[in-house]
Amino acid sequence: MKRHIPWSLVIGGTITSTLVIAAILSQFWTPLDPTQINIINRLKGPGEAGFLGTDHFGRDELSMIMSGAWISLGIAFSAIAIGGLIGTLIGATAACKRGRFEAIVMRVVDVLFAFPPVLSAILLAAILGAGATTTIIAIAVFMIPVFTRITRGAALQIWARDYIKAACMAGKSNTQITIEHVIPNISAQIIAQVAIQIGLGILTEAGLSFLGLGIAPPTPSWGRMLADSQTYLSLAPHLVFVPGIAICTAVLGLNLLGDGLRDLTDPKRKQ
Amino acid sequence: MMLAIKDLKVSFQHGPNNHTEVLHGINLSLNRGETLGIVGESGSGKSVLSLATIGLLPDTAKASGQIIFNGENILTLSERALCKIRGSKIGLIFQEPMTALNPTMKIGNQIAEGLRLHRKISRKEAQIEALRLLEMVKISDAKRKMQSYPHEMSGGQRQRVGIAIAIALKPDLLIADEPTTALDVTVQAEILDILDQLVRDLGIALIFISHDLGVIARIADRTLVMYHGNEMEQGETEQVLRHPRHEYTKKLLLAQPRRTRAAFAATSINLGSFNEK
Repeated sequence: MKRHIPWSLVIGGTITSTLVIAAILSQFWTPLDPTQINIINRLKGPGEAGFLGTDHFGRDELSMIMSGAWISLGIAFSAIAIGGLIGTLIGATAACKRGRFEAIVMRVVDVLFAFPPVLSAILLAAILGAGATTTIIAIAVFMIPVFTRITRGAALQIWARDYIKAACMAGKSNTQITIEHVIPNISAQIIAQVAIQIGLGILTEAGLSFLGLGIAPPTPSWGRMLADSQTYLSLAPHLVFVPGIAICTAVLGLNLLGDGLRDLTDPKRKQ
Repeated sequence: MMLAIKDLKVSFQHGPNNHTEVLHGINLSLNRGETLGIVGESGSGKSVLSLATIGLLPDTAKASGQIIFNGENILTLSERALCKIRGSKIGLIFQEPMTALNPTMKIGNQIAEGLRLHRKISRKEAQIEALRLLEMVKISDAKRKMQSYPHEMSGGQRQRVGIAIAIALKPDLLIADEPTTALDVTVQAEILDILDQLVRDLGIALIFISHDLGVIARIADRTLVMYHGNEMEQGETEQVLRHPRHEYTKKLLLAQPRRTRAAFAATSINLGSFNEK
């Protein structure tokens, strides 16, 4: 049986893998040291000094974008790993237990969902101080309800299937059924969601460091590069575009990847 | 009697003082090696009856009366005791072979998992037993099919796997809830033959639920006709179909497509004078 591969998966996959390769590469090699200040070469345009020009301290933009990719991806990925795991567990448990437990859990999750991530990040930063951990926790907390809802919805559908009844008949416990029958059948949906949410995580991380709530300088971060560039908007407009395009492309790539994965695994759209 | 249901009533709770009764006192009994057909239109309570018999009614349902299976009342048993009976003593065959198998699990493992839960056997022994069961339900190339996933099989093959899972633990009672409805007629005939043979060879008692009188006529020794949660008529299948006593049974027979009626006539099941009504 030949499978039709959706174009969104191809494009999304290409963008995302480029991003991941760049991020990993930045840990071993960047064109220049991204924290190296070189005042003589400050605010140079693309091509004048370095491939993408330099910022107001004369730091190489390309090197900063590459290191920034590592930070952005790292934070988004850890946050989604934590939030996704907790959310999936809560959602699967709610679908398994039903009744009052489910009702209470889902209402709590609704409350959590109502909190904007920026607000909880400011709150957390006030308590823990700004930094990578704060950003990760803030994004993770905001991811829990997303994954809880998706997992519960998908799991409820699986629980209505006859093979669950058959497993019940065979004398399996609810926990066993959840692990062996429910989770494998909804994993595709969850994986697709992970890709989309990592994109959202990158966006949130950029937003938080734009506000100065993210990772501390001099570690490069896309959000702060964008914030710094505001002052030099008329002098060096490329400073806006470089991190801006990086953020847009990364989010677009991950969204396309998520969409593609969903199309690939959704039996209704598979032809 | 292996299974005796006495005055079974089931109602669903909608609120504190709001409930709907869907079974209004059903009586039936069944012995080993016997097939009971249950016919009735949609919503007549056939499936609720079968779910009650295996103790899988949803939490919102309340059942009263008695379901005596091998001397024990299913309705009063604890969940743990029920778990032991289900699967090992009662098998269930589902209507829709598409949803009756886990799409992410290999066929062999799906059959083997029930075996390993109830019997202390090794993974390898379970696989050998699973293969034997697949051969029992006449799946061609069973060895290769052990390693395939449900989506690689046809509806008829999947239903055979469903039967193999249901009989894996050698149950005393098999409940088949419209097992052939989703299949085309030739496959349906093969599945009926397999079920018939299992009842004879293994001495299983079979409850066969269907809305298709043709299928019931072929497989059931006795038939229970249900309508709106009530028993309309019960007796030897031939008797029920040839000389229906109840007006509803006659209506059901008349509702059959004309060719099926002609087939009944050919096998000398007499639709009598109401044919012209």
